[in-house]
Amino acid sequence: MSNAVTALNGAKSTGYVTVKEAPLTGMITLRGTFASKGFAKMVKSVFGTDIPEQRKVSKGPEATVLWMSPDELMVVCDYAAAQDLVAKATAQLGDEHALVVNVSDARAVFTLSGAQLREVIAKEAPVDMSQFEMGEVRRTRFAQIAAAFWLEAEDHARIICFRSFAEYMFNLLKNASQPGYEVGGW
Amino acid sequence: MLILECPYCGVHAEETELHAGGEAHLKRFGPGSSDDDFENYLFMRENPKGVHFERWRHVNGCGKWFHAARCTMTLEVFGTYSAQTTEPPKDICDKISAKRPGWSWRNFS
Amino acid sequence: MSTRIQTGGRLIDRTKSVTFKFNGRKLQGYAGDTLASALLANDQMLVGRSFKYHRPRGVVASGAEEPNALVNMGEGAFFEPNQRATTTEVFDGLTATSQNHWPTLEFDVGAINTYLSRFLPAGFYYKMFMYPRAFWKHVYEPFIRQSAGLGKAPKQKDGSDYEHFYAFYDVVVIGGGIAGLQAAKTAAAAGAKVLVMEQTADWGGRAVVDGAEIDGASADAFVAATVAELQAMDNVTLKTRMMGAGVYDHGYLLGYERVSDHDPSLAGPRHRLWRIRTAQIISATGAIERPLSFAGNDIPGVLLASAVRDYLVNWGVSIGERTIVVTNNDDAYRTAIALKQAGLSVPMILDARKSGGGALAQQARDMGIRVENGKAIAKVHGGKRVTAVSICDQAGEGVVLDTIGCDAVAMSGGWSPVVHLYSHCGGKLNWDAEQVMFRPDLTRMPTNQNGQGFVMPAGTANGEMSTAATLADATARALDVVAALGKSAPTLTAPTAASEDAAAIEPVWMMPQGANIKLRMKSWLDYQNDVKVSDVQLAAREGYESVEHTKRYTTLGMATDQGKLSNINGLATLSGALNADIPQVGTTTFRPPYTPISLASIAGSARDEVFQPIRKTPMQDWHMANGADFEPVGHWRRPYCFPRAGETKAQAVEREILQTRKSLGLLDASTLGKIIVKGPDAGKFMDMLYTNMMSTLKVGKCRYGLMCSENGFLSDDGVVARIDENTFLCHTTTGGADRIHAHMEEWLQTEWWDWKVYTANVTEQFAQVAVVGPNARKVLEKLGGMDVSKEALGFMEWADGTLGGFDARVYRISFSGELSYEIAVPASQGRVFWDALLAAGAEFNVMPYGTEALHVMRAEKGFIMIGDETDGTIIPQDLGLNWAISKKKEDYIGKRAQERTFMVDSKRWKLVGLETTDGSVIPDGAYAVGEGVNANGQRNMIGRVTSTYYSPTLGRGIAMGLVLDGPDRMGETIEFPKVDGGSITAKIVDQVFYDKEGTKQDV
Repeated sequence: MSNAVTALNGAKSTGYVTVKEAPLTGMITLRGTFASKGFAKMVKSVFGTDIPEQRKVSKGPEATVLWMSPDELMVVCDYAAAQDLVAKATAQLGDEHALVVNVSDARAVFTLSGAQLREVIAKEAPVDMSQFEMGEVRRTRFAQIAAAFWLEAEDHARIICFRSFAEYMFNLLKNASQPGYEVGGW
Repeated sequence: MLILECPYCGVHAEETELHAGGEAHLKRFGPGSSDDDFENYLFMRENPKGVHFERWRHVNGCGKWFHAARCTMTLEVFGTYSAQTTEPPKDICDKISAKRPGWSWRNFS
Repeated sequence: MSTRIQTGGRLIDRTKSVTFKFNGRKLQGYAGDTLASALLANDQMLVGRSFKYHRPRGVVASGAEEPNALVNMGEGAFFEPNQRATTTEVFDGLTATSQNHWPTLEFDVGAINTYLSRFLPAGFYYKMFMYPRAFWKHVYEPFIRQSAGLGKAPKQKDGSDYEHFYAFYDVVVIGGGIAGLQAAKTAAAAGAKVLVMEQTADWGGRAVVDGAEIDGASADAFVAATVAELQAMDNVTLKTRMMGAGVYDHGYLLGYERVSDHDPSLAGPRHRLWRIRTAQIISATGAIERPLSFAGNDIPGVLLASAVRDYLVNWGVSIGERTIVVTNNDDAYRTAIALKQAGLSVPMILDARKSGGGALAQQARDMGIRVENGKAIAKVHGGKRVTAVSICDQAGEGVVLDTIGCDAVAMSGGWSPVVHLYSHCGGKLNWDAEQVMFRPDLTRMPTNQNGQGFVMPAGTANGEMSTAATLADATARALDVVAALGKSAPTLTAPTAASEDAAAIEPVWMMPQGANIKLRMKSWLDYQNDVKVSDVQLAAREGYESVEHTKRYTTLGMATDQGKLSNINGLATLSGALNADIPQVGTTTFRPPYTPISLASIAGSARDEVFQPIRKTPMQDWHMANGADFEPVGHWRRPYCFPRAGETKAQAVEREILQTRKSLGLLDASTLGKIIVKGPDAGKFMDMLYTNMMSTLKVGKCRYGLMCSENGFLSDDGVVARIDENTFLCHTTTGGADRIHAHMEEWLQTEWWDWKVYTANVTEQFAQVAVVGPNARKVLEKLGGMDVSKEALGFMEWADGTLGGFDARVYRISFSGELSYEIAVPASQGRVFWDALLAAGAEFNVMPYGTEALHVMRAEKGFIMIGDETDGTIIPQDLGLNWAISKKKEDYIGKRAQERTFMVDSKRWKLVGLETTDGSVIPDGAYAVGEGVNANGQRNMIGRVTSTYYSPTLGRGIAMGLVLDGPDRMGETIEFPKVDGGSITAKIVDQVFYDKEGTKQDV
């Protein structure tokens, strides 16, 4: 919809790592039995990729699937496509016990870009960023709120949190990435 | 500050990612149960110095509840395991026996 | 006088001078100076006053253990009290002032206390301030508050930034001396990921000051080479200006990095608190020298022998021209030798040991220094500065043999390994009688989550006193750590140092041994808190046998230095007074942090706009732009009301209510929880969650439901909509969304894990607006797109459709008693949808209303509010909600609990409406009183108000309350006493005050 807006209207800060609120992003929560053939088949045919391994990300041509828990996935896709994908997935699952729900509006998405983005994350999340790998997704907390993040490239990360916390998250990341606030060797 | 490995997502989560949920392996008593059974279920809790079984939720993480066996004295963690069991699994009990011979907790030992 | 000598000073750069201010006086120092060394270089020996007697105090140490040299640093937004001059690096423009004196440092009125000291013994405050009781508030407390505290609290908000950093290592080495570096090298060679932290700006610790030889070269060369080697390794991180502040369970370690204290012009945070997780910690924290207890040992100019050496070697500063050295061990001879080599005078070394020292003593003698064995200081002369020392036999009672002029005294009572970090998490110590020190007992190390020891002391921190032993121990302990990690280290050639021919230390806890009371009253143990040998002995006489009690009674070791210099001496004095062995008396508990860290570093970045998360709805910007008065509801800020120009809040609320009841109001209801419950067993699960029968709810319909805890108490309420056969949508309260979602997941995951149900918290997916009032339907019809007529969408029904082009789910539910629709649209369109409603509603004079109007309108209708009518002790039956409790269901969460005798007791207070007889408003929280008094002579309570408001609709005060036998007493009046005397009487009535038949909402 043309009149849809993100929580912060694409706010951006340019520090030693660039923080940007991403444009509207499609997000779909999938809950189901991963071991079930029907569920796996649905993921493959609707989202073009396999169910990711524990704490991993799998990428299809038009959707990225994040492992959220042993019975929950999150699909990240084009905002405009989300509703159709939900309908397709729901239709394909038929009677199978599963939950497919469009949550594109429930969350805010941020991107971090820059070579030192790992240390910006390490200022807010109790995660060993020296060991964090591409293809991994981590649900954790950023300071006082729940969030998840993954790397799209060595110098590009995505962070999602609930929409109402968007401003808090943006300010956290902005403060942590101010020029001169580099941690340096760690 | 504790670290517990979430058995569902494999993260070695520190305490700030977790939510403590009290004693593990309580058997629910509902309508029709005696006052004593209900009181025991709802209120009476172990307070051991040593081996203890607890419920934790990986709240800032995968959101799953799990069980942890640990020592309240030394904070040693003997293991974490599924929340979907009514008693500690054998491998956890064996681990505890190896480290704390003669341990007992409620009717488990 | 203390001064900068012509040569030397390994840490200072004489080409870079810096200007700083102390007590308004401009002084010069060099880059590399600490504030203490720079002050001493300017002959500023006097740096403060003690806490109790306001005695003049000079620098006594050269590092973190310093008890005296605490100063106010900075100005304005950068002011901070109690900063140790010995650990503060000077920089251009530094300003500092001394503390705890009035009017000036040189002349302090409070110093009168020193003459009253015989009236101010240990426990004085406890004894004195007990009686008379009335004096406490009016005399004693103001007096104590005036004289308490060393520095002053900052008046302005802190102008600096702070942050946290999470880091993970295999091994963290604390301490960058030769032991730490050697241990780090060993661990790093095994492939471990290593962090080495050093609290000062420089590597090397004591060995480089003492001129130790390692592998035939200087310690400086060894340190430089090892640091270079470590720097070149990818798996090693080296950090200076970072202190190991505290060791906690499971390998949690706080590293306190002072990023820009040494140069505030640097961008970035001032302090960074590293929240480290590490498998193993090597505590190579060295040792701290102990003072000796002799009369006048607190006079400025009496320093630790090692500090005298540090100032000379590191900063080229001499404390005095004539320094008397007094010791019970060999190490202090190094100070005498260094002073002599620098061309300064050492009139005498007093060695308390009858048999004297070893090789170093011989070297001193060979240099022509007079060494007196078995001798002690009877008394130090001087006021604000040492002028002379009287000498006596250590074995005697203090008969003066001679008095020698001098302007400095270097004392050494032996060394105490810094066992703090080893002990923080429970590591135990042994008393080493031979070396006269507590040292770590490696068989009782603190253990981690695997039951494995994880804090390994190494080198001097482990009680190894010679260079050779320190290096050997560092290597060996690091290998232990490598083994504990399951790694193996390649064979490295361990560095070697010559063995030292040292004579054994002898315990000297009082000087002279038989010092009389006059001397003991002038022998300081704790410089900052003014605790003397006589105070500890008094405590022992008064029956304090435990060191922990003695500590609190005398305040020994309770100052900001946490007794780094005084604890062992105090302990030994106590054990002497009790005639017990030192290990029997025991140690006090070492607690983090090692030295005080800034509170701001603990808060990290959590201040100002990120102090705590504030949740915002998609319409929040509109609320802010339109003057909303906000109230916190959980982390949300919801508009309380929208005052217009010249309006009070009460007037705004009244206007919002009247206009909503008359025409049209809008409420931002986005914060209400929305949780999807789906699955073949969803109905069964919903029946357990709610007291109502939810499984029978028809698709397309809504039902108000109650949720209880397993303890039976009402926990949340809200409207449930049945979306399809397998799917429900549960509305929760604003504060309940996360809690109720967690509650659902808990039961599903831990009790009914075989039930086929999934939940999803979709609270934030939707912006939700309540469109309320007689014109609600008209405004929606104006937007158009779906049929919202009574026939198409009846009361307590919902439908999906479009409204004005927005995809919407419309619920016909009412919390106000009016015709009302709650409309959910995707959150990203919430704001435009809100704007569209305002535009369409303009012709009806639409008014957004806030939470207060919401509350009043629901109270007019007699609807309960979670948190008002409930407080965690209220069951639905108390509130007359039996109609919402299914009698058919065998079970629901809380049902068994509600069957308990006291839950079915007919005497439980029950909800009723209350109508004041004079139309006024009952105060919030008022209690109703009945006949008689209770056991305490207080009037018996028979009820309390739960909600009380002025109702603009009715033009009078209305209330709900819980009253004994309330529903059976309709029409009776009860009395509510007011806080300011008088009382209000109220008639017990039905709680529905407005539109009892419910005709307005169902049109």
